[in-house]
Amino acid sequence: MYRYDAHDQQIVDERVAQFRDQTRRFLAGELGEEEFRPLRLMNGLYLQRHAPMLRVAIPYGLLSSAQLRSLAHIARTYDKGYGHISTRQNIQFNWPRLEQVPDILAELAAVQMHAIQTSGNCIRNTTSDQLAGVAPDELADPRPYCEIIRQWSTLHPEFSYLPRKFKIAVTGAQSDRAAIQVHDIGLQLVADSSGEIGFRVLVGGGLGRAPMVGVTVREFLPRGDLLSYLEAILRTYNRLGRRDNMHKARIKILVKATGAARFAELVEAEFAQLDRAALALPDAEIERVQAFFAPPAYEADAAEDTSLADRLEHDVAFARWYRRNTVAHKQPGYRAVYVSLKAPDQPPGDLTAAQMETLAALADAYSFGEVRTTHQQNLLLADVRQADLPALWEALAAAGFAQPNIGTLTDMIACPGLDFCSLANAGTLDIAAQINQRFDDLDYLYDLGDIRLNMSGCMNACGHHHVGHIGILGVDKKGESWYQIQLGGSSANEASLGKVLGPSVPAERVADTLAEVLATYVALREGEESFLETVRRVGIAPFKDRVYAEAC
Amino acid sequence: MTLIKDGRLIKDHWRRLGPSEPLPPAGDVIVPWARWPVEAEALQAHDGAVGVQIGPEETAEELAPILPALGAIAIEFPVFKDGRGYSTARLLRERYGFTGELRATGDVLIDQLFFLQRVGFDVLELRPDQKVQDALAALRQFSVRYQAGADEAQPLYRRR
Repeated sequence: MYRYDAHDQQIVDERVAQFRDQTRRFLAGELGEEEFRPLRLMNGLYLQRHAPMLRVAIPYGLLSSAQLRSLAHIARTYDKGYGHISTRQNIQFNWPRLEQVPDILAELAAVQMHAIQTSGNCIRNTTSDQLAGVAPDELADPRPYCEIIRQWSTLHPEFSYLPRKFKIAVTGAQSDRAAIQVHDIGLQLVADSSGEIGFRVLVGGGLGRAPMVGVTVREFLPRGDLLSYLEAILRTYNRLGRRDNMHKARIKILVKATGAARFAELVEAEFAQLDRAALALPDAEIERVQAFFAPPAYEADAAEDTSLADRLEHDVAFARWYRRNTVAHKQPGYRAVYVSLKAPDQPPGDLTAAQMETLAALADAYSFGEVRTTHQQNLLLADVRQADLPALWEALAAAGFAQPNIGTLTDMIACPGLDFCSLANAGTLDIAAQINQRFDDLDYLYDLGDIRLNMSGCMNACGHHHVGHIGILGVDKKGESWYQIQLGGSSANEASLGKVLGPSVPAERVADTLAEVLATYVALREGEESFLETVRRVGIAPFKDRVYAEAC
Repeated sequence: MTLIKDGRLIKDHWRRLGPSEPLPPAGDVIVPWARWPVEAEALQAHDGAVGVQIGPEETAEELAPILPALGAIAIEFPVFKDGRGYSTARLLRERYGFTGELRATGDVLIDQLFFLQRVGFDVLELRPDQKVQDALAALRQFSVRYQAGADEAQPLYRRR
């Protein structure tokens, strides 16, 4: 993984000193709340329902075991002993005290971490594919480009006061696991006919109140022009994006108002005029950063192991975990292992300080000391020798990390909802618990197959409900939490936005409603058809008929 | 009024004129941009340097044709969160080669000074309630910059 040099370290250290001074001036009354707000947001600090919430950046989801231990220490010392993984691969602490936040930032800086630009109207943490560097379907590793973007976007003088937040995601694989079509900018690594590596550039995707799928503005951008092209897009947005209404300020609204073709022309015109040589990325710099992401020292004979096959044959529980929670690796004899944060008794995405420490130890023992966070709010050990899988499984199970439900209905994405967030209209954690209780039969979950269930507690859509195969949106009705169900969304390659099933249902009926939806799927599916494929083929009408017939 | 240039406090040699204030016989003046099209001839004949003040809506492209006649451009930030002026400043400096005074005015606060100077503002006119010592310190808060800017010729990746 990337290691800071003296320059990188200096910037995060100076950032801590800056925020310490800003906090001092705020507490002394020299800095008003309106003026402090964007400053604290640009350090990931929200003032929330119970206490501030601090969002710490995990650049493209990559953590060392030492960093994870530091997060555990922070959770225990400054919080109530746990953290929450967000859909953008970051970690959130829900109980820090404002006066202590500069100290937390100093702890982070000591392990080459920060909270820079994890909120606010600026360029946020660049996210990526959790299987980057290990996926068999990968053309090129996106992480070096993510790191280059991280450095370029950090304290960018021109783009720190944008009309609204700005999110970039990069993937290098055939299968999009980074949701690039629902980001302000999505980048897909591609090769041109001569084999040169570059990017397909998408702009204007996003969720929130007006969800949209991004449009391609460039089929092939040479990799050396990456930063120049990003500046062209950002400058166009900074100059033309709406600033009169925060709900219409995202770049997606500008792209829609301008028209995708016209917007692409504006970007290309800016790109043609700016000084490309000034920002051109030399191959040497790309190679310098790539060197940090070189494959670890894999054992050449790892695939000769026969113990895995034996165990799979004789141990049903191990085998079902293996099938659901581990995935193929480009290196023979290795697997990437999902660490499920979706145990039935746990809020989705939460983990305790003790769990963080256990996982750090497991990463050291089995996965070259690295852990990754995923967009689906799980963790991943990316480089596990197949012979080590049984021992790792037992250790994960003991720590509550081996729920064999990855990719199934109960592998839900959920925002923290009304329990923590001051923006939320409805609870999400109680609904997650209700769904877990109702759908506790693993055989049924496996029969249903891959289903992405995404839940948000308000229309800001932090739980990405629009792109869930099943989306649940919490709404407030006269002080009560109600839930609107959507079907047919996806953030994968063929991205689509879900369609609303019908009137919202009361909290106590959410799991029952899902049961009807799922029974409809089981009745209508053809052959090996997945839930999403069935919804796309038959439309939502049959689901609607069954759900609302039952309700009447 | 507190003005900072090159990390030091300076005195203002420009006189700011309102929308209908008559031109003085001589001396450096900054007038609202709206006056330029109407009074271009008188302003160009003025005995002294002339600058204009623009808001966030005005663009570098609009100003480009008359840059040789201007000694200063003041870009107003009606509210500090409106970041359009940062792009305008960079374009005036980098694309149109403006070498006169580029002044940030309006809601100019301590915590934006670092960014303002980096995009090419050489004169920072602080909002009156801002503490001068904190402002001067804020300009020195970062000793490393990833991007090129007015204070750094090359991005860090060419200097490592």
